[in-house]
Parts: sequence; structure tokens; C-alpha cells
Amino acid sequence: MYEHDVIVVGAGGAGLRAAIAAHEAGSDVAIVSKLHPVRSHTGAAEGGINAALQEGDDWELHAYDTMKGSDYLGDAPAVETLAQDAPEDTMRLEHWGMPFSREEDGRVSQRPFGGLSYPRTTYAGAETGHHLLHTMYEQVVKRGIQVYDEWYVMELATSDEDDPNDRSCHGIVAYDVQSGNVEGFKANDGVILATGGPGQAFDHTTNAVSCTGDGHAMAYRAGAPLEDMEFIQFHPTSLPSTGVLISEGVRGEGGILYNSEGERFMFEHGYANNSGELASRDVVARAELTEVNEGRGVDDEYVHLDMRHLGEERILDRLENILHLAEDFEGVDGLVEPMPVKPGQHYAMGGIEVDENGQTCVDGLYAAGECACVSVHGGNRLGGNALPELIVFGKRAGRHAAGEDLGEPQIRTGYGDDVEDETETELPVQPGEAGLETSDGVAADGGVTTDADGLVERTVEQARTRVDTLMDRDEGVQHAEIRQKLQNAMTDYVNVFRTEEGVKKALRIIRECREEYQNVYVDDPSRTFNTDLQQTIETRNLIDVAETIALGALVRDEFRGAHWRKEHQERKDDEWLKHTLISWDDGQPDIFYRPVILEGQDKTYEPKERSY
Amino acid sequence: MSTQQQQPEEPQSQEAPEDPEMRGAESPVDEKEKQGGDIDQQTTPEDELEGETVHIKVFRYDPEVEGKQEPRFDDFHVPFEKGMTVLDAVMYARDTYDSSLTFRHSCRQAVCGSDAFFVNGKQRLGCKTQIADLEQPIRIEPLPHQEVVKDLVVDMDHFYDQMHTVEPYFQDEDTPNPADLEEQRQSPENREKIKMSSRCIWCGACMSSCNIAAGDNDYLGPAAINKAYKFAMDDREGEEIKEHRLRILEQEHGVWRCQTQFSCTEVCPKDIPLTEHIQELKREAVKKNLKFW
Repeated sequence: MYEHDVIVVGAGGAGLRAAIAAHEAGSDVAIVSKLHPVRSHTGAAEGGINAALQEGDDWELHAYDTMKGSDYLGDAPAVETLAQDAPEDTMRLEHWGMPFSREEDGRVSQRPFGGLSYPRTTYAGAETGHHLLHTMYEQVVKRGIQVYDEWYVMELATSDEDDPNDRSCHGIVAYDVQSGNVEGFKANDGVILATGGPGQAFDHTTNAVSCTGDGHAMAYRAGAPLEDMEFIQFHPTSLPSTGVLISEGVRGEGGILYNSEGERFMFEHGYANNSGELASRDVVARAELTEVNEGRGVDDEYVHLDMRHLGEERILDRLENILHLAEDFEGVDGLVEPMPVKPGQHYAMGGIEVDENGQTCVDGLYAAGECACVSVHGGNRLGGNALPELIVFGKRAGRHAAGEDLGEPQIRTGYGDDVEDETETELPVQPGEAGLETSDGVAADGGVTTDADGLVERTVEQARTRVDTLMDRDEGVQHAEIRQKLQNAMTDYVNVFRTEEGVKKALRIIRECREEYQNVYVDDPSRTFNTDLQQTIETRNLIDVAETIALGALVRDEFRGAHWRKEHQERKDDEWLKHTLISWDDGQPDIFYRPVILEGQDKTYEPKERSY
Repeated sequence: MSTQQQQPEEPQSQEAPEDPEMRGAESPVDEKEKQGGDIDQQTTPEDELEGETVHIKVFRYDPEVEGKQEPRFDDFHVPFEKGMTVLDAVMYARDTYDSSLTFRHSCRQAVCGSDAFFVNGKQRLGCKTQIADLEQPIRIEPLPHQEVVKDLVVDMDHFYDQMHTVEPYFQDEDTPNPADLEEQRQSPENREKIKMSSRCIWCGACMSSCNIAAGDNDYLGPAAINKAYKFAMDDREGEEIKEHRLRILEQEHGVWRCQTQFSCTEVCPKDIPLTEHIQELKREAVKKNLKFW
């Protein structure tokens, strides 16, 4: 058994930042990641980091824009923490050598982004995430922080009290991808999940193949609720063939969207008369699909994003990476022709419910980055707000896990007296139910609470049994088939536009996937670098996460942020200024709600009509 | 759409290095493929392939499984789709025909650097190599000069070790307090100077292509030297630290080992002028009057 004070699961932006912070606070910290850190998906982020750095801008404006962008589903304490901490944490990156783009006077450049009242997006070309990831990994190397790379974390070692608020997490179980050995890792002070997004639940996504919601699913099964999972961001500009992202920086620099009739539809069809292409992402994504659905799409599938007028010099200076992407993946030269774009799954606003210190309701279990929901982004994340979230809340989770006092959080977690139970919605199937016959993944199994060592050991035994079962079975269904079916269902029915009937259909298919998963088997008999096994376990995680997304989308019968419902074309503030929480309870999802916190430090954010 | 990158002349010795233990008798060099770039684009290879299947030959090896201990090539025939990449083809083969086919991949947009393979005799990223540009059958092998773990997966530990050898982290002489929101100033020109070097995605293609690195395990290699270049040329670190970096680089197995064969530059998927960077560091070391080993 390995042992450390703080164990960070995942080595993208949030994980690396958490590890650095825990190390600076004096902890013995280790990072366990299924990829080598520099392979993490943070490297694909393009746009930039929002931080109020310049005179004329301030954190309060940043907080206001973020609350408005969230469609008033962000929690003010989280949003204000983000806006207050982002400037210093961004500057720290600069002092760690991050190669930001520069102005003539040598200061870091900032540019406009969608939904921002000030050009506060700090960037490094159109490859900000790549530089952020490498800069932080360099700092991890500098500090000699231990990294277990290519170790796939399967399970959390969590005690099994009935009430998740009474549970505690003492470590993880992971297997060494290279050797196939399943081992326990004890965490004396805390486990921080920083596993990224669940984009692989969808067929057309900007996310890496590794974005399978592992942290979401592990925390969920350990008893921490998933929050606001219905809010999935569809980025307006992904390449149609692959889903590869074309940065919002293109529109930030002045790129224009055209339909097949050459109309600048954001203005001409009245989708956003003030901001046009720089309205927030949910608005632009819906506008594009509406154009396509009304017959004004190109090839009935996409629209055009044109940046030719910006001129070669500016494009090369600020968006060079975009030229490479359009050329390599779509065969289009962005200097001489417009690029084809359409909405693609991009970001999960929801995630593991945590407070401002990154802590879940399970003692010793933390989450940060895209897998977590603080909640900063509410119903819709503004471009440029994901990277500051990584550094701000990664840092806070690391410090808190290492024992620093960050003050009493204002955001509450877990089931408590401030929540309201869901009773009404009629579900098409009993979600989650299939799977009860195998106990895999359910933390609360066995009925014995033991000491930390015993708990980790017992979880290791369960995980070994689980792997053996999958490996020993020599017939059944393979994960790739189930995964494709799941991805198609989510893309067909839980996409930008949602109907009650469609979401119910998705839930039925997810249930079928869960049933088929009972017979899943691993064909590759080798323990050496068995990606078949890894993807089989990931697929189970995707089923759990997809189910929470669809359930959330079904119960929220209103239109807010990225969540559009055909039958409900209005935001219902009387009923729905609250977070959807779904927790795994005895083999089934349990839905409840917690009110949004609109009271900030000095003011209350009054919901207003969201126009751009 | 090459931008400002100056391509060096055709390398003199771009012969595919043989790994005596792992490779079979066939030479991986595919001369036809080399001519592929000269074919007039009017023929639009994509159109010709529409509706066809693509023949890929994939290297297979697993130390643990009896039938795979002897390295071999497996043939797969994959239905072609417009825009299909080498990564798409091996993913299709894995998901449809043989789930034990093993390779690293993640972002599929040329930033994670995990899917560098040896394709038709050249180191390339699977995700940004179009099938239509390649001569068939397409031979897909693990990166040469690295130990094969299984199928297309190679052991990257030596590569990472070399990257770490050059102290790959910013070492500022005098750190102001970030809380004051005062950044270190860097001129746009200096930022431009380090731009290309900062694009490295650690894919390992350059190390795999380098004959010197193949024969000298201690040679820092093009990736690590480029990483050091990024810091050494960054004005923010200051002269003293630059000198410290140059001392690391001009050791016996450092920059002077490079014989300017340009093979690293030739294969770099991010178009980093690696060979030029190495030569520039040699010149810097001379200018600083550092001791030659």
C-alpha cells in the first residue's frame, strides 16, 4: 500500500495546481493520473484566463458578468471568490514563466470574450491551456512532487455510514496501466478529485477521449451528490467532422458568423442585437442550430466562421493555432476561406458538489476543476472562466486538504435541512436499478466500517475481484458497443435542444446500456497496458454520469442557460432558482434541490433578463 | 499552410533506424510514400478513396500473451471516410475487429502528444496524419529506438528523464510578489523568440528520429534541448541563469553531440525548428566562452 498526506487524482490544470498548493502548505502530496500530466486535456484549452488585471476593470465587474452569464444559477460566494482570486493566481502563472501574449510595453495582453463587459481574457496565443498545463507541470517537477502517471484510479476507499455526510474518504484504489497491478493508496489528509469533464458521454465533443467522468462517477457512488448535471455547454465553434475546438478567441478578435445565404445571422435574425457573435455561448449555439434547422445552414449541417478580414498578421499573432487546426482537421485554409463550424459538447457546468474550499460532504474528499461544481458557472459558463476556476479552486482545495484554515465556507454540501426533496417527476424507467446484482463501484458495501488501513485494503480486494470478473468472462458484449449506443442517445436526445419525450427516450436507452453492461467482458487477456479493461471501467462511469445528465434535464422543466426545453420556453425564477442534486442512494439516483445563493459579499445579484 | 517556418533541406540520412530486437526483416522505409508529397493535388486522393477500404498493417507485440510474443504485423481493412486520420483507422480497427489492439491517444487534435507512431517509415502523430496522403498498405509501428511495451505503446521513461535533466522550470532571479499584480515585463519580440520552442507537446517523435540519440543514451536529445532553449532565450530569467543553463547544455552529452542531420526538425508535428535551436545554443555557448568538454 502506498501512503501520502494528500492524493490528487488527475493531472490537468486543477490537479497540478492543487498538488502545488498542498506541497507549499507542507504536505507530502502525490498525483495519480491515468495519463502522463502533459497529456491532460487542459492542454487543449485555447482561449484564455479571465482575470481583472487592468485599471478600469475590477473583480466586481467580473463577478457580475459571471453571475449574469450563469443565468443566476451561480452561487455568489463561489463567483466572488473566483473573481477575487483570479488576478493574483494569474499573475503567479506569469511569475512561473508562462509565456502569455504581450503588449508593446511588455505587459500581458488581454482580449474581449463573450459575455464580458471588459476585455479581461489573458491569453497565450490560441494555445493558453497548453502553456498553462506545461507551466504548472514544470513547477511540479521543480518541487519534486511524486507523480504516479499511467495509473488508472478505479475506486475511492470511503467508509460506509448510511448518511453520506457521516462518511469519510481515506484513499483510493488504482491499477498500474503498464503492469496491471491493482494497489491501494492511503491518503492521511485528503483525496482531491481533479479528473476533468465527462464529454465522452456525447458523440460529438471537443473533449479528449480520456474525458470519461471518472471522478464524477467515483464521488457519486461514494455518496457525494452531483450538482446541476443538466447544464452541458455546447461550444458554438467546433469543427463538424471531428469536434475539434475553434477558440472563442476567433470571435473575440472579430471573427464573424455567416449562414449559407451570407447573412450575419446573429444580428440579421435578431439573436443578439448588441453583442452579435460575442453573445454568450448558449445563445450562439442555439442561433447556429436554428439557422441550420430553418434551412440556412451550409450542407444542412453547419455555419461559416470567417476571420479573413482580420488580416494575416493579426491572425498569425493571435490565432495561429486555429489555422493549423482548420487545415489539419478540416482541410480549410482560414486565411483564404471561412471555416465550417457547428456546436459541439464542450464543458460540464455541473459536477461533484463542493464548497468554496473544494470540499464535498464526504470528509476528506475534495474535487476541483471541471469535475467539480462550486458553483461558479451555473447555467452557462463564460468563455475564459474555466482556466481561472482551475487555478483558483485547485489551489484552495490543495491548501484546505493540507490543513490550512480558509475560513468557514458559505456554500453547504450534502443532504441537509436546507434541501428540498423531488417527489413529482414521472420517470420512464427506474434509473440506476440494473446493476444492483453486481456491487462494483458502490462504496457502501459490506456493512463494516473499519480503520483507514482496513478500509483501503478492503476496497483493493473489491477492485481486484471486479477486474478478475471482467477478465475471466469470455463472452458477452464489449464496451465499445455500449459506449457508442450511449453517446448516440445523448447526442440525439440530450443535446442543445431538448424535449421531454426525447430525454425520456435517452433515459430508457441509458437503462438498456446499464443492463447490457451486466454482461460486459474484456477480450484482451493481457494485464500489460490493457486499454480494453480501462475503457470497460470508464464506460460504466459514463453510464452513471450520462444518467445524471438526462435525469437533471428531465426534472428541470424550465429554460435556463444552456438548458433549453421545448415545452418550457421561459426561465422560472419562482420555482427554479435552485440547484439540482442527484445522489446515489442504495443503487438508485435520488434527486433533491438546494437554493441558489444570490447574496454576495456586499450585494445581492437580482436576476434580470439576460440579453446580449 | 506553413507559416514562417523555414524547412531545412532534405535530411541526408533519414533511413529508418533498425531495432534489431523488435523489427522483422522488412525495412520500414517506404520510398513510395516519400514521393506522396509530390503528387499533383488535382487527383484529390480523398475522392478516389471514397467508398473504399483502407489497408493498414499494424505492428503487434505483447510480452505476456503467447500468440503475440513473436512480433508480427496484423492486417486490417477499414472503411474510408473523408478526413480519416491514422488514429481514426486504428481506433476503428480496435473498436470493430480487435479490442486488444493497444495504443496511446487522447485529445485527437495534436496537443496531447500521446499518439506518435512510426507510419510508413516516418515518425508522425496519428491524429493529424491523413490517410488519403499515404501510400497503401499503411504500415503503423511503434516509435523506433524506444522499448515496446505492447503493440504501438513504447516506454517513454527515458524521454521524460531527459526532459527533466535540463531543469525544465522557470528560475527567476528576483521574484516580485504576484499579489501586487505586477508582471515581469517581456517584449513581444522576446516572446516571439521563444514561441516555437514553447509549442513542444512531448510526443517523442524527434528523439525517436535522432540517430545520435539512438547511439548515445546519455545524449540530451532534441526535445530536452529545445525545452532548455525556451528558458535560456526567455529574457525574464536573466543572464546568470542563462549561463547556468548553457553550462548544462554544453556538457559532453549536450548540444555538441548534435550532427545537424535535421531528422528531428523533419518529423516535428509542431514545426519547431529543433536543429536550428540546437545550433543557436552552440553559438551562445561559444559566445559565453564556456569550456568545451
